[in-house]
Amino acid sequence: MMLQGVGLRKYFPAARGLALGRSRGWIKALDGVSIQVAEGETLGIVGESGSGKTTLARLILLLERPTEGALLFDGLATDAFARADLARYRRAVQAVFQDPFSSLDPRMKIEHIVAEPLPVDHGGGRAQARESVAEVLQLVGLRPDSGALYPHEFSGGQRQRVAIARALVTTPRLIVLDEPVSALDVSIRAQILNLLKGLQDKLGLAYVMISHDLAAARYLATRLAVMYAGRLVETGECEAIYADPLHPYTQALLSAALPLHPGARRQRIVLPGEVPNPMNPPAGCRFHPRCPHARPECRTTEPVFKEIRPGRITACHLY
Amino acid sequence: MTLLVVEDLRTHFFTRRGVTRAVDGVSFGLDAGETLALVGESGSGKSVTCLSLVRLVPEPAGRIVGGRVLLDGEDLLAKTPAQMRRIRGKQIAMVLQDPMTSLNPGLTIGSLITEVVRRHQGLRGAPLRARVLEALSRLRIPAAASRLAQYQHQLSGGMRQRVSSAIAMSCAPRVLIADEPTTSLDVTIQAQYLELLDDVQHATGVAIILVTHDFGIVAAIADRVAVMYAGRIVEIGRTIDIFDHPAHPYTRALLRCLPDVELKRERLIEIGGQPPDLARLPPGCPFASRCPERQSRCEIEYPPAVSMRDGHMASCWAVPALEARAG
Repeated sequence: MMLQGVGLRKYFPAARGLALGRSRGWIKALDGVSIQVAEGETLGIVGESGSGKTTLARLILLLERPTEGALLFDGLATDAFARADLARYRRAVQAVFQDPFSSLDPRMKIEHIVAEPLPVDHGGGRAQARESVAEVLQLVGLRPDSGALYPHEFSGGQRQRVAIARALVTTPRLIVLDEPVSALDVSIRAQILNLLKGLQDKLGLAYVMISHDLAAARYLATRLAVMYAGRLVETGECEAIYADPLHPYTQALLSAALPLHPGARRQRIVLPGEVPNPMNPPAGCRFHPRCPHARPECRTTEPVFKEIRPGRITACHLY
Repeated sequence: MTLLVVEDLRTHFFTRRGVTRAVDGVSFGLDAGETLALVGESGSGKSVTCLSLVRLVPEPAGRIVGGRVLLDGEDLLAKTPAQMRRIRGKQIAMVLQDPMTSLNPGLTIGSLITEVVRRHQGLRGAPLRARVLEALSRLRIPAAASRLAQYQHQLSGGMRQRVSSAIAMSCAPRVLIADEPTTSLDVTIQAQYLELLDDVQHATGVAIILVTHDFGIVAAIADRVAVMYAGRIVEIGRTIDIFDHPAHPYTRALLRCLPDVELKRERLIEIGGQPPDLARLPPGCPFASRCPERQSRCEIEYPPAVSMRDGHMASCWAVPALEARAG
């Protein structure tokens, strides 16, 4: 397994009051999540705001340290990394963020933006860096000579291509895509989704795709992890989950996603209430206050992960 | 009689770079109790069209330079600013995308909604309070009475959008303009809101203009759809016709390029290129440079609207030929 997260927790201290130094509690952004990403696959992580999906992405990118749990890369724990391991990891794991208007420095030329992740001791020096930049610009469908331009000279879709080129320049094995098409116009989304899929086929990349857009996730993901209030509720093969969601939250989430045809207006499961407060999540199953199938045990006992069918794992007392 | 008629509306922005034709000849009608979706990408003119209807185009850069907006036969573009203030909120109300920025953070929910009801209904005291609570409970805001003293930052995103809609619906407007009302909401909260909007429409008969870029929302709640591109409506018709028999190449391309939650597509058919610069629109059809069915005259002359059945219209030189092929 290329990347493995084991029992990841991330607690943030809640805003401190006047009582000096004393935290008012913990925001449990991520509360015991385990994931695996294999070479060449796309793990889609879907969930709503506050589900912890972005925190998980930040842990994978080593932008945050987990409060508890471990992240393993090629079997080696990231918190035991030596300097060289860390440099290797940073080259192997790259990111593309949601908004290409804020993720590219407006005062840098494209060639410098794209070359930035290259290590200082790149070996070949400037000439080779320039060559790598031209190469990845071409890979993402930009003219190789567009390196001399600035971000404002590009449209949103082209900027996202620049961001993808920057992620590719270190020849990574895994790219974390955090809502990669959410900020883009409808007609541009298809261009970027197709590009990402094509690059994956060509270069054998693995993706972790964070998304609240269930249609885009279905297009790219091979496996899916559904999150709710800091925890995983269901994982499995993407197509199997879309065809037959097991967890009541997954069922509601998929039924709330609107199909692209008026004839398909089906019975929607409209959930009451809202996502729980991450400082004080409900006891038992975190979804029970909104769950149409909640039973007494759901209020008291947290469900454990069970393999219901081969490859289909969910945490729910119904099974 | 059609409740709202928009005829050849033109709203331009006069900037240092030249004239941006944000809305450039938009016409449509709206009946009581129906939902018309305006769909299009950023810069297609959907929001500016809505702002023009209520005469809130940011001046002096923007100006409505032509057309008519008839509400019950009366031209809103001929009204004085004072008359418009009485129409906005009472006859035509608006809900915007982000209630975080559209609700004044310094005022309580109670004072925000009370102000609207007092101004338009002239109520005072107990009847005023009763009407305010009724407006909040119609949008199924739980514990309405205790919300009056709260500020918008104390509410969740979904609840804020309900408050915003309660304010908009408080004076029983004839037309509700909802500009991307669910874009900042999560999917399960979006589902709650859309269901609520549908209930409110059934209860009050309000006509809704829904601005969105999401064809899933269109399919779910719109009766009719107007597809906008570069400041014009390129196709308009019943929702089922737009999805089943899209006539304009842009509409067809849009519907083909979307990932669908219902089925896994192996490859999306992309639309090449970019939307045009509105300050430098070509003389012909602005979609021509991206259009797979481009003919030589497309680049010279803007196509007239071609009528098909049930009010289905499209502005495209290729449309008559397509219809003949289908028939």
